Amino acid sequence: MFELIGIPPQALFGQLLLGLINGSFYALLSLGLAVIFGMLNVINFAHGALYMLGAFVAWFLLQYLGLGYWWALLLSPIAVGAIGIVIEKTMLQRLYKLDHLYGLLFTFGIALIVEGIFKHFYGVSGQSYTTPDLFKGGTNLGFMFLPYYRGWVVVLSIAVCAATWYAIEKTRLGSYLRAATENPRLVQSFGINVPIMITLTYGFGVALAGLAGVMAAPIYSVNPLMGSNLIIVVFAVVVIGGMGSIFGAVVSGYLLGILEGLTKVFMPEAANIVVFVIMVVVLLLRPAGLFGRER
Amino acid sequence: MSVKYSTTPSGTVTGRFSGRASLIIGVILIVALLAAPYVLYPAFVMKALCFALFACAFNLVLGFVGLLSFGHAAFFGAAAYATGYSAKFFGLTPELAILFGGLVGGLFGFVFGWVAIRRQGIYFAMITLALSQMVFFLALQITDVTGGEDGLQGVPRGELFGLISLEEPLVMYYFVVAVFLICFAFIWRVVNSPFGAVLKSIRENEPRAISLGYNVDRFKLIAFTLSAALTGVAGGTKAITVQLASLTDVQWQMSGEVILMTLLGGVGTLVGPAVGATLVVSLENFLATSGLPVTTVIGVIFVVCVLVFRRGIVGEFNAFLGRRKH
Repeated sequence: MFELIGIPPQALFGQLLLGLINGSFYALLSLGLAVIFGMLNVINFAHGALYMLGAFVAWFLLQYLGLGYWWALLLSPIAVGAIGIVIEKTMLQRLYKLDHLYGLLFTFGIALIVEGIFKHFYGVSGQSYTTPDLFKGGTNLGFMFLPYYRGWVVVLSIAVCAATWYAIEKTRLGSYLRAATENPRLVQSFGINVPIMITLTYGFGVALAGLAGVMAAPIYSVNPLMGSNLIIVVFAVVVIGGMGSIFGAVVSGYLLGILEGLTKVFMPEAANIVVFVIMVVVLLLRPAGLFGRER
Repeated sequence: MSVKYSTTPSGTVTGRFSGRASLIIGVILIVALLAAPYVLYPAFVMKALCFALFACAFNLVLGFVGLLSFGHAAFFGAAAYATGYSAKFFGLTPELAILFGGLVGGLFGFVFGWVAIRRQGIYFAMITLALSQMVFFLALQITDVTGGEDGLQGVPRGELFGLISLEEPLVMYYFVVAVFLICFAFIWRVVNSPFGAVLKSIRENEPRAISLGYNVDRFKLIAFTLSAALTGVAGGTKAITVQLASLTDVQWQMSGEVILMTLLGGVGTLVGPAVGATLVVSLENFLATSGLPVTTVIGVIFVVCVLVFRRGIVGEFNAFLGRRKH
């Protein structure tokens, strides 16, 4: 086999795939954040905790009800979305009139509560979640080994991101949503129930986090802290992409995942901080983010 | 976006107290601090004082400029390492080591501020958070300085000015009290200066401050750097007091904690953050032995504060006094 700048291709492509997997999760989470931010003007700090919750719901379903991966893929986002709707309806709703920072602080508190509960009962060690039978094993592509499940995660996340983009940019419901983002009062005066739309948007955004959690369960172990470190990287991704566009959030998610993977090959010691370094550079050159508009 | 805090008492920073009343309260508090080690466990009061200073420094940007920093743990932690390292390996006396910590904190603050002030509001919070996470990872990796997971242990308390040993608990205690009071007086002076008035005008109405000809970004950067330097002094003092600098100091949860302290005590009030810090430290002391999940309880207090108690304890008290007057 050939070598590339002294790096064996197995390692290079392996890390690239890993980067693409991480990028899939960055994209799904920053997509949810962007959807929620567009409608509510709230940065959902609880996103990481709800991602973790999604993974735990999948684990509960398997452990206590014997329902496997496919059921979890359906039920877990619904459960997380429902919890999100309850949170929005009962508490978050009261904060819209105030400074946006209170929304951030509130969801930070929610994140602490959820994480604290799971840490109390499950410690910090992980619960393993088996790969679904359909995706056991993998295939050798000649230049690298591709586990089927990882391929599935990439495909599914791209499909979900594309579908969300289509729903928001191309459908009638999406046009209401975009209009309500620009001018909620005007849209309401046309007889559209904007508060319900806001609630459902939040539910949908956190359901995406729940979905990402289920997808992550077989790859990373299901543990209470899986969301808290991820969410900060996703925040940096969001700052890099700019909050303005759905497209930007998704693309920068994948790009940064891949870049992180490459860094692991060429400069392993910098892999943890590369996203933050890029964030600083982007801020210095283009403060509104790569795809964002200055508001 | 102009950041407005409906919670902050307008007008004088001492709230609704008259000058004499606040003087009397101040004197009572100082006397209480001096007498405290005979009643309470000194180690506990010292810890509370370090965090009180941390929260007061943090409040300088949240309460008086309206910038929510989610990255103050980086200044606290970096300064703790700097102080600990310089006291242990350079043989600096404690007061110099703490000053060095303050310097390092201020330097980090300057860089953070320089990058983050380009964006406002929520973005500012996210950027400071991401930057502090970067510092955390650096602390995790540069184990030669930080000791990694073990932390920088065995920081010597040393001898104040090379003369007075701080090994004696009471001496150490009064040293911490002195550091706190000096820094608190400094913050009071800053807030009540023309400079502080400009800061408050930025908080209340940033476009207006710009149109009046103030270089708003420069004021923000100076305030942020000052806050970070004072946070550094708090972190350094903490490292000398507990003789340890660890990853906990630099973790993002610490940034969350200092926000909670400030929020609970009262954003934009002078003594509020100190009150909040004392409460949170006591609560954590209590919870540590109770078997309740600490994080969850802290989270619940956070949510309650944001939903129904945004003025904080001191803010509510001031509002209560204000209502009685009318």
